Amino acid sequence: MDLKINGANHQVDVPDDMPLLWVIRDVLGMTGTKFGCGIAQCGACTVHVDGIAIRSCQLPVGTVGGRAITTIEGIGDTSAGAKIQKAWIELEVIQCGYCQPGQIMSAAALLAANPQPDDDAIDAAMAGNLCRCGTYVRIREGIKHAARA
Amino acid sequence: MRIRRVLVLIAGAIVVAVAAIVGWMVFQPGPYAFAKGSPVDLAAYKGRPPTGVPPELAHADAATRGEYLIRMADCEACHTAKGGSRFAGGRPFVLPFGTIYTPNLTPDPDTGIGKWSDAQFLNAVHKGIAPDGSHYYPAFPYASYTMLTDADVLAIKAYLFSLKPVHQANRPNTFGFPVNQRWLMAIWARLFNPDHRFRPVEGQSEAWNRGAYLVEAAGHCGECHTPRNLLQALDQRRKFAGGVAEGWNAYNISTDRNDGIGDWPPDDLAVYLAAGHAKGRGVASGPMGEAVALSLAHLTKSDIAAIVTYLRSVPAMASGLPKAAGPAPATPKLANIDNPVGKRLFEGNCVGCHAWTGAGAAADHARLTGLRSVNDPSAANVVQIILNGRGKPGTPKPYMPSFARSYSDAEIAAVANYITARFGSTPSKVTPADVAAFRKEN
Amino acid sequence: MPPAPEAATGLPRRAVLYGGAALTAGLLIGIELPWGAARADEAVPAGKRFNAFIHIAPDDRVTFTLPAVEMGQGVYTSQAQCIAEELDVALDAVIAAHAPPDQANYGSPVFVVQATGGSTTTMAWSGPLRKAGATARAMLVAAAAARWRVDAGSLTTESGVIAHGPSGRSIRYGEVADAASRLSPPTEIKLKEPAQFRLIGKPMHRIDTPDKAAGKTVYGIDRMLPGMKFATLMASPVLGGKVGSVDQSKALAVPGVAQVVVLDDLVAVVAGNTWTAMQGLNALAIEWAPGTNAGLDQAQLWTNLEKASLGPGVVAKRQGDAPAKLRDGDVFEESYELPYLAHAPMEMTNCTVHVHDGGCEVWTGTQVPGFAQTGAAKALGIAPEKVTINNHMIGGGFGRRLEVDGVIKAVRIAAHVDGPVKVTWSREEDIRQQLYRPLYHERLKARVENGRIIAWHHRVTGGSVMAHWLPPAFKDGIDSDAVDGATEVPYAVGDRLVEYIRHESAVPVAFWRGVGPNGSIFAMECFLDLIASKTGVDPLAFRRGMLDGTPRALGVLNLAADKAGWGTAAPPSPFGTRRGRGIALMNAFGSFLAAVADVAVSDAGDVRVTRLVIAADVGKVVNPDILEAQIQGGAVFGLSAVLFGKISFAGGQVEQGNFNDYRILRIDEMPAIEVHVVPSTADFGGIGEPGTVVTQPAIANAVFAATGVQLTRMPIDRALIAKGA
Repeated sequence: MDLKINGANHQVDVPDDMPLLWVIRDVLGMTGTKFGCGIAQCGACTVHVDGIAIRSCQLPVGTVGGRAITTIEGIGDTSAGAKIQKAWIELEVIQCGYCQPGQIMSAAALLAANPQPDDDAIDAAMAGNLCRCGTYVRIREGIKHAARA
Repeated sequence: MRIRRVLVLIAGAIVVAVAAIVGWMVFQPGPYAFAKGSPVDLAAYKGRPPTGVPPELAHADAATRGEYLIRMADCEACHTAKGGSRFAGGRPFVLPFGTIYTPNLTPDPDTGIGKWSDAQFLNAVHKGIAPDGSHYYPAFPYASYTMLTDADVLAIKAYLFSLKPVHQANRPNTFGFPVNQRWLMAIWARLFNPDHRFRPVEGQSEAWNRGAYLVEAAGHCGECHTPRNLLQALDQRRKFAGGVAEGWNAYNISTDRNDGIGDWPPDDLAVYLAAGHAKGRGVASGPMGEAVALSLAHLTKSDIAAIVTYLRSVPAMASGLPKAAGPAPATPKLANIDNPVGKRLFEGNCVGCHAWTGAGAAADHARLTGLRSVNDPSAANVVQIILNGRGKPGTPKPYMPSFARSYSDAEIAAVANYITARFGSTPSKVTPADVAAFRKEN
Repeated sequence: MPPAPEAATGLPRRAVLYGGAALTAGLLIGIELPWGAARADEAVPAGKRFNAFIHIAPDDRVTFTLPAVEMGQGVYTSQAQCIAEELDVALDAVIAAHAPPDQANYGSPVFVVQATGGSTTTMAWSGPLRKAGATARAMLVAAAAARWRVDAGSLTTESGVIAHGPSGRSIRYGEVADAASRLSPPTEIKLKEPAQFRLIGKPMHRIDTPDKAAGKTVYGIDRMLPGMKFATLMASPVLGGKVGSVDQSKALAVPGVAQVVVLDDLVAVVAGNTWTAMQGLNALAIEWAPGTNAGLDQAQLWTNLEKASLGPGVVAKRQGDAPAKLRDGDVFEESYELPYLAHAPMEMTNCTVHVHDGGCEVWTGTQVPGFAQTGAAKALGIAPEKVTINNHMIGGGFGRRLEVDGVIKAVRIAAHVDGPVKVTWSREEDIRQQLYRPLYHERLKARVENGRIIAWHHRVTGGSVMAHWLPPAFKDGIDSDAVDGATEVPYAVGDRLVEYIRHESAVPVAFWRGVGPNGSIFAMECFLDLIASKTGVDPLAFRRGMLDGTPRALGVLNLAADKAGWGTAAPPSPFGTRRGRGIALMNAFGSFLAAVADVAVSDAGDVRVTRLVIAADVGKVVNPDILEAQIQGGAVFGLSAVLFGKISFAGGQVEQGNFNDYRILRIDEMPAIEVHVVPSTADFGGIGEPGTVVTQPAIANAVFAATGVQLTRMPIDRALIAKGA
């Protein structure tokens, strides 16, 4: 099947019910998107499908069709994604960094949909993304910082 | 004198009333009395026999046919404990008057049915009588199984006897007085077990008759989906209007267009039964999830079609459920729902799969909007699935984790109420005490 | 980990471990042999290695080989800051690489073995790394001086360039690297004075952040190799059980499954990708032989621990005669119990291995490369030199990667696989099959006279991590980590007796962020609040009265109390009507922290932490921005633990498996966290773990204040603090 990822077309020969996460990581070798729980409880695998943040560990690749997939490797090409990445660097949000591709993808989707998110909106968009290092204080600051940029 | 006479009259009236009520409960229509046509004995039926295995398996070996029949009757779900050996029993059922444990059906001579004769097995399945003469509780659906043919019951026995014996002693139930008086069950059986084999209906199609046999005799769908009367017998006058199974609501499966399955296209129904999910219809979970996984998913296409044919003939029976709400708004209606704990849990634990809109984030099986359970003001099944989850992680099949272990009764009540308020037609009012009670149901 | 260094003497922990022998020999070897044969884990460009840590290429590229592993705690940056400070190179021009297994060069001055943990990196390495940087700089300067025939003292360095002011000449490091590397390192090295620092003490940006923000960082789990296969595994659900029988056919029938590897204690499925391997594993019907632990359950584990706590203990500290004084008077007694905990780093256990030609190559992220090497070698029965360890950035360690069970299992599987294989654990497997923070029982007894404690008895009972992790450090029956935080306390509590009882169960144990002080300090701080409550004094005032001798402790305590507005009521919250404020102090890892927590407790007993104020005196600081982040993050780790953290056993199996039942704090459950740092010139203290340690008792004490119920077993049991409970 054909997948459109970060603007490029990829042909993959995989079963329809294989989650997109594993297609991206193991078949295509794009390892920025992370495996964290496999049950959509941690958000480390978040990607965008037509701009919507989705847990790729739960997304059967066969249901994606021609929709545009964006991963952490490509999010910097979007305005919201670039702002979030810049804020993450400026505020030193990241510690171990393993959950951060997912955090950045969720934050970028939020910012694209809601350029001035308040705390409630940040909670709603980011609560599905766990961070074991506990970078939550700076994630919140980072989103607000990006919104001001 | 006068007083005495009045008392006698009153007593008499009470006796008559009780007799009338009991009679009303006892003298019920049969499970498919609604059908036009005349029931006949199997031997007299002119169509293709509705019993046994479907035509596709007519020439299969005995083991395959036996396994198919035991799937039809779904013995495994009840007779297998969580994490235990198949058919070795020990699964607890928590009833209002105590806990009952299913017995071991493996051919172990000491703890299983290894020493049972064919007659003893038939007696058990058709009459609810154990080899020692004691009566089973009607938790064992022999009032349905009584319609199975001798040949089918003995094929099931043959299959069970082909299994590896598992030495696992049966656990006694924990019923208190008076329910612990097993002789009472003899009376119950006399009243509520017709003790006759399936009678096909001339004038109905072969598919319908096969469906009736699958639904009423083997599948015993009514045991959960038909409400029970005071004497714990199925209330056939409210056939398929919805019942309760292990704390889950077994919803109305009559043809009522709002409350039941009347508006389900036949294909949806077939897909749901065979796969446990049809688009926009949610995922069979809890006891129904087991029924699909262990029984329905193994049936042939023709048998599923027969079940659909039969179900669609059952009269509509309203049960007063509200009309389902439409799609939910894309953004959280935070201002309208004063439930910060529910919102907090939903956004953290649920949105990943179910999406803010409740439309399902990644897969349709995670859709919440339009589901009967979400539009059920009791929210029983919403609470149940949050507590119990369903399926196994890391497979392509629908999976939901259980949140029972690390979320409190108050938290689970809050998120259930949040879900029904946001996506259902009637907000539920589940309390922490309700959740505590649900936790005790298996 | 062992007790923190004595701040007064600056004695490294190793002195505590080994009685002061051979203070920093292992380390000095690395510096005194500048052309030593240290191998790096990534190809280093042509150029000159100045010592085990610094390599300068002709094109001026500077590569630092860093002894401590980056797992989020910021040590890539802080270590690089130390070297770059003295070497005079720009931080953003530095390439950082993890050190290979090489105990001589990279063995920790604290642990001797090569390990990153215990909040020790800065206290252990800042000195040696600065010295390494200064040494290399001196050699570069000497080479330039020789070339220009000028006095080395007349040369200055900045951003990798040596300049001669009087003549206006300048030369890049790369140009003199070759000549410099041929010189003998100077014997006398003068380090910069703090006033000259450009990098140390400054909130420099982390060197690992840009790649991480772009998703470019390659963690162990991201390593891809040509021809690599993917595997996942399952060990016996019952602790210590074995494989009974497996019918491989069902897994092999899954398209894409290449192989099933059945070992005595685990089954692995090898496939063309991880998902397919998982499907193969799911398809397998494995019969397990559960073994002797099938009856293990949590209630029994608690009971056994408590029973053990009544037995004779080994004396870890004795001052005066506490038992005699505790025989009469106003004596208080309580026990506190801490649960098993999983680390649950976001990057689950994984390891890629290629066994071939009598050797073995390993790609993973480990806090202990040496242990990984010897563990792999032992599993294969080959010499350690035959094992190459390629270390990676770690997606969260917290102690999980101080253990090499994941490496050993992967190596054992790979021994049966042709070509390289990446073994990735499922989250469930990672939660259920790891080594856990020990179950601790902390028994405390104190006598109070005129509002002061005059006798103190603290008995720690639990499994010993040290005994298996670093056996030489388990001396005289005492696990120095388990009693860390109990043997040295900031308070004046009169006569003291501290005892340790080692009690092992079948459950394997490991270090866990905050380590021993998570238990000992939690218990002590809760116990102080219990005494304060029973004697009717304010918990802050009670503590202040015992801190005359430790001004740093008093300083942070006062600062936290002041910033939090101690004495006022905790603010209202929609999450609960019962509100409380709690305080706690900790001194371990060479640092002093105090925390004030505000909580709201719902009628049902759910606890919401609404605010956390932390004051910290951690001595000198290399990077204040990383310090703040570490304290915030450590606090969140403690929040998850005290509110939700629990691993429990039933039928010999771990009952939890993923984030649905091993609950981790989410962003919408976060309190506001304020970190206030006390400027200090004291020796470097640890910063990774103290936040975790101090947060837990502060919250427990706030719950006590809010509900009047002191919970003695963690995590918080909501049923015990429900209204009317």
